[in-house]
Amino acid sequence: MNIFVLMKRTFDTEEKISIVNGKINEEGAEFIINPYDEYAIEEAIQVRDKHGGEVTVITVGSEEAEKELRTALAMGCDKAVLINIDDDVEEQDQYTTAKVLAEYLKDKNPDLILAGNVAIDGGSGQVGPRVAELLGIPYVTTITKLDIVDGGKVTVVRDVEGDEEIIETSLPLLVTAQQGLNEPRYPSLPGIMKAKKKPLEELELDDLDLDEDDVEAKTKTIEVFLPPKREAGKILQGEIADQVKELVQLLRSEAKVV
Amino acid sequence: MARKVLTLAEVRDGSLRNVSFEAIAAAKTIAEGGEVVSVLVGDQVQAHANELIYRGADRVVVIEHPNLKFYTSDGYSQALKAVIDKEQPEGIVFGHTALGKDLSPKLAIKLDAGLVSDVVAVEEAGGNIVFTRPIYSGKAFEKKIVTSGIIFATVRPNNIAPLERDESRTGSVEALAVEIKDLRAIVKEVVRKTAEGVDLTEAKVIVAGGRGVKSAEGFKPLKELAEVLGGAVGASRGACDAGYCDYSLQIGQTGKVVTPDLYIACGISGAIQHLAGMSNSKVIVAINKDPEANIFKVADYGIVGDLFEVVPLLTEEFKKLKVHS
Repeated sequence: MNIFVLMKRTFDTEEKISIVNGKINEEGAEFIINPYDEYAIEEAIQVRDKHGGEVTVITVGSEEAEKELRTALAMGCDKAVLINIDDDVEEQDQYTTAKVLAEYLKDKNPDLILAGNVAIDGGSGQVGPRVAELLGIPYVTTITKLDIVDGGKVTVVRDVEGDEEIIETSLPLLVTAQQGLNEPRYPSLPGIMKAKKKPLEELELDDLDLDEDDVEAKTKTIEVFLPPKREAGKILQGEIADQVKELVQLLRSEAKVV
Repeated sequence: MARKVLTLAEVRDGSLRNVSFEAIAAAKTIAEGGEVVSVLVGDQVQAHANELIYRGADRVVVIEHPNLKFYTSDGYSQALKAVIDKEQPEGIVFGHTALGKDLSPKLAIKLDAGLVSDVVAVEEAGGNIVFTRPIYSGKAFEKKIVTSGIIFATVRPNNIAPLERDESRTGSVEALAVEIKDLRAIVKEVVRKTAEGVDLTEAKVIVAGGRGVKSAEGFKPLKELAEVLGGAVGASRGACDAGYCDYSLQIGQTGKVVTPDLYIACGISGAIQHLAGMSNSKVIVAINKDPEANIFKVADYGIVGDLFEVVPLLTEEFKKLKVHS
């Protein structure tokens, strides 16, 4: 089976966010594989181990993303592709990323494409479905279970705001991973050693027969700001029973939320 | 510049979701005096059309088909594409719900359009429609504009105030016949796991538990409190990882991002990932045994104490309040 994973490098969830010169400050920040993409990688590896084939992990990003691609290879992916558009594209949005990914994938005959359902930085959740639509294949988002039977029939469990949908579909297919799909493995030491020798291809816009105009963003960020800092509030005092009474009064008369 | 703006109405459990009305309010801002047309899609949904008019839609287009009984991206995109082709809107607003998140990117590709997802505020400023949306799960925000093509956005439930309901509003309701076919993914079954219909992302009140809840059984008093307040139960990653509850209840940077009017954190320490998911709530109450817990730094009101003592008392107190009011 020809399996692809769409991956994004993101800020570590532990990182605090600061803004310098109107932009998110990346100086000294720790980066990780987007947590939802880790589920996609793990699932891809499990599907390959069960059905055979090859897993290629792809990212659109800067050369720093090589580190996260190597981690994906160490987890068990077979090949990695880094599409670096930093030099060619000034303003990038989900339209851009999806176009680039679809252009790369269009002649690769993917059977299965996996991605995280959302990236924890930009938080739009658009790229997966956009890529599927550009490729003309069906997709199912926020999945928590994937069963592929012979002949390309697929049963998927989809998380829908806490409820589950059981969906029947078929390959080729794109799915986006929700938490609970699996338990992503940690790269093993032999895995890390092997990953160093696995192929990592670097491409630019030119290699994909795309011009800057073809992928020009349709939206633009005009300002980035931090939310007003929350001040620590009132810690109530006294007997617990009295505190509870006071709290209810405060919620009613001061905060006016009940 | 007056624009025609389309909104998608969503029906869940036989009634319109609030976010449908919030989308109309957002569409009014984008329309700048132009027409707002709400689209109602499903199987036997026409009865809801008038309510959309009362909530501010100038006109409603209804598309009914047996193949639209369950949401599928193929079915709904065929319906929406048909109405977009007919109406030629300059703006589109969906709710940022499971349905809206799934459908909007597909339509954006069909329209060769950009898409601003998960919007919490919309305004007209300097000749542009400016959208505010959280990034890094609410650790920061960005303002975005659409630079080319149709203005397409999804709005996060509970953030944009809907218009006052007004039964004196009038508008036409039209049916549009669309052939819905060739669904490549079929919904075989829907398994209800959420309790009594209060969705986390739309709940006005959330009672959330962390590791301090200690067991699945320990969530019982939290559920009772949520019930009295008409709210929903949520959890921290710690509680989910420990197996006390389902991951679908998880609030945080991985998990759901929520903005209720009242968030009651019980036995939650307040890791930065959890705070990202809830710190934009209007009012936060923290109940924790550890006075040093991080959660107290963002809480408006705190009680240092054992949640198993505090939460049942709180439930009793709210019950009394209900009886008196």
